[in-house]
Amino acid sequence: MQTLDIQKMENIERSASRKRTFYRWLLFIMLGIFALYYLAPLYVMIITSLKSMEEIRQGNLMTLPGEIIFDSWKTAWSGRDYDAGNVFLRPFFWNSIKMVVPAVAISAFFGALNGYALTKWRFRGDNLVFLLFLFGCFIPYQAILLPMARTLGVLGISNSITGLVVVHSIYGLSFTTLFFRNYYVSIPDEMIKAARIDGAGFFKIFFKVLLPISAPIIVVTVIWQFTNIWNDFLFGSTFSFGEAAPIQVALNNMVLTSTSVKEYNVDMAAAFIAGIPTLLVYVLAGKYFIRGLTAGSVKG
Amino acid sequence: MFYWLQKNLPKIVISPSFAVILWFVYGFVLWTFYISLTKSKMLPRYEFWGIDQYFRLWSNPRWFNAVENLLIFTVLFVVICILIGILLSILLDQKIRAEGFLRTVYLYPMALSFIVTGTAWKWMLNPTMGIEKLVTDWGFTDFTFDWLVNRDMSIYTIVIAAVWQSSGFVMALFLAGLRSIDDEIVKAAKIDGASLYSIYITIILPMMRPVFMSSIVILLHISIKSYDLVIALTAGGPGISSDMPAVFMTQMAFHRSEIGLASASAVMMFLTVLAVVVPYLYSELRRQDANA
Repeated sequence: MQTLDIQKMENIERSASRKRTFYRWLLFIMLGIFALYYLAPLYVMIITSLKSMEEIRQGNLMTLPGEIIFDSWKTAWSGRDYDAGNVFLRPFFWNSIKMVVPAVAISAFFGALNGYALTKWRFRGDNLVFLLFLFGCFIPYQAILLPMARTLGVLGISNSITGLVVVHSIYGLSFTTLFFRNYYVSIPDEMIKAARIDGAGFFKIFFKVLLPISAPIIVVTVIWQFTNIWNDFLFGSTFSFGEAAPIQVALNNMVLTSTSVKEYNVDMAAAFIAGIPTLLVYVLAGKYFIRGLTAGSVKG
Repeated sequence: MFYWLQKNLPKIVISPSFAVILWFVYGFVLWTFYISLTKSKMLPRYEFWGIDQYFRLWSNPRWFNAVENLLIFTVLFVVICILIGILLSILLDQKIRAEGFLRTVYLYPMALSFIVTGTAWKWMLNPTMGIEKLVTDWGFTDFTFDWLVNRDMSIYTIVIAAVWQSSGFVMALFLAGLRSIDDEIVKAAKIDGASLYSIYITIILPMMRPVFMSSIVILLHISIKSYDLVIALTAGGPGISSDMPAVFMTQMAFHRSEIGLASASAVMMFLTVLAVVVPYLYSELRRQDANA
């Protein structure tokens, strides 16, 4: 009787562990399928950009290039000598850099100051002020496009990189203020009090006490702003055209305006080039990228 | 004087930014609202006209079509993203060795712009050389996949690309939520003999209510504003079959010289966002106050 019980137990255990292995495999297969789903477009983009049009027509999306050719990358980046009319990315890539760097710096700096003033120097109505900032994260930009276009015109900076810097700095303020405010809220007030007793004033505390410990939130904010501004298309396409356009607008124009034969390999190379900076940031600093995403969304 | 300055410095420091927000966000929204009540065509005109632009808007079949598309898109986009997000977060929560790597893979599309995403998917969905050819080459010779150029299906191509881009984000939100749950609850339920499946359905997912809320609000927000992806993938076509309110607005404002009508559509979008976001922010702030 007893031996039977033991045998029974062993059987149950064995089948349980077999079941567990089965589920484990199922789990990995499902995770793997999803990984392939997310990676497929990137894979297609890269291998298409390395094929000749001849090969693209003969093969299909997944077939590897017989011979790896970087011609489409060159065409996408710097154009070709013989057809001068074509759009290529190089000048617009630099436009985007010239737009992103100042816009990120300005919006992050003011966001830090605002977050500091809102949390460490409470004043009457500060919650309302913060709420009004916060709502700026959500407005659909269609509701400000027309007056903004006119304002840029009045200021004489429509269709210029300066204009885009101004626009992105303004509409980035809500996000940067939110990020810094939420970070500074968690810093104990005792630190500020101690510094005040030592005679430090508003700016001294900001530069000497808070900024040195703000590195994580600065990284989060810079990455968030960089990604958003680099990837922006709405402002870019409405407020600039022709030579002052940022890269996303140029990419879209490039894909739309094909002169004669559609060159998918050049399109894919261009799309990849336009995506490289943000992908690189994501791969190098993914942790901060995710923190920005969740902080920028689970607001409060 | 010095004392006054010290005391008011925080307000002085914040006021330029605050003034900018008041003017460029709230002032501009009001301006747009006012223009929607005028007869403005190519240039703004400031004589008051009443709410006729809104009648014009809602009797415009193109606007109606855009709203209908937005509804189809929103429902599918939100539901599919949440389903995938939950599934992936639960799968990843099973103490997987390669979790970090997989998470990176699931989330990277979020780093790309909608224009890049649109360009890539436009090529994959190419009716002759894209997925259709791939499946035909695999031996299914009758397979056709022409949604991109099919009036009845074009809106769904935008759903496909948008889900690809944003579902990983929902996964990240839910994973963060799952990680914040106390392990003891799960252990106790296991000891009581509950299966893993029923633990997730009856205990854990109901605890994820705040995550559901914020995911839905963010996804709704993304979908109401969707513009770039439509432009890059279908440009609203074929015809106007995949048109959306944001595309309608820019068309009317910058190509059709219908500033008044464009403003009315922008106000409709603004009100929709308001209806979604204000209750959410309100409940979030209350939750915060309760926690504080």
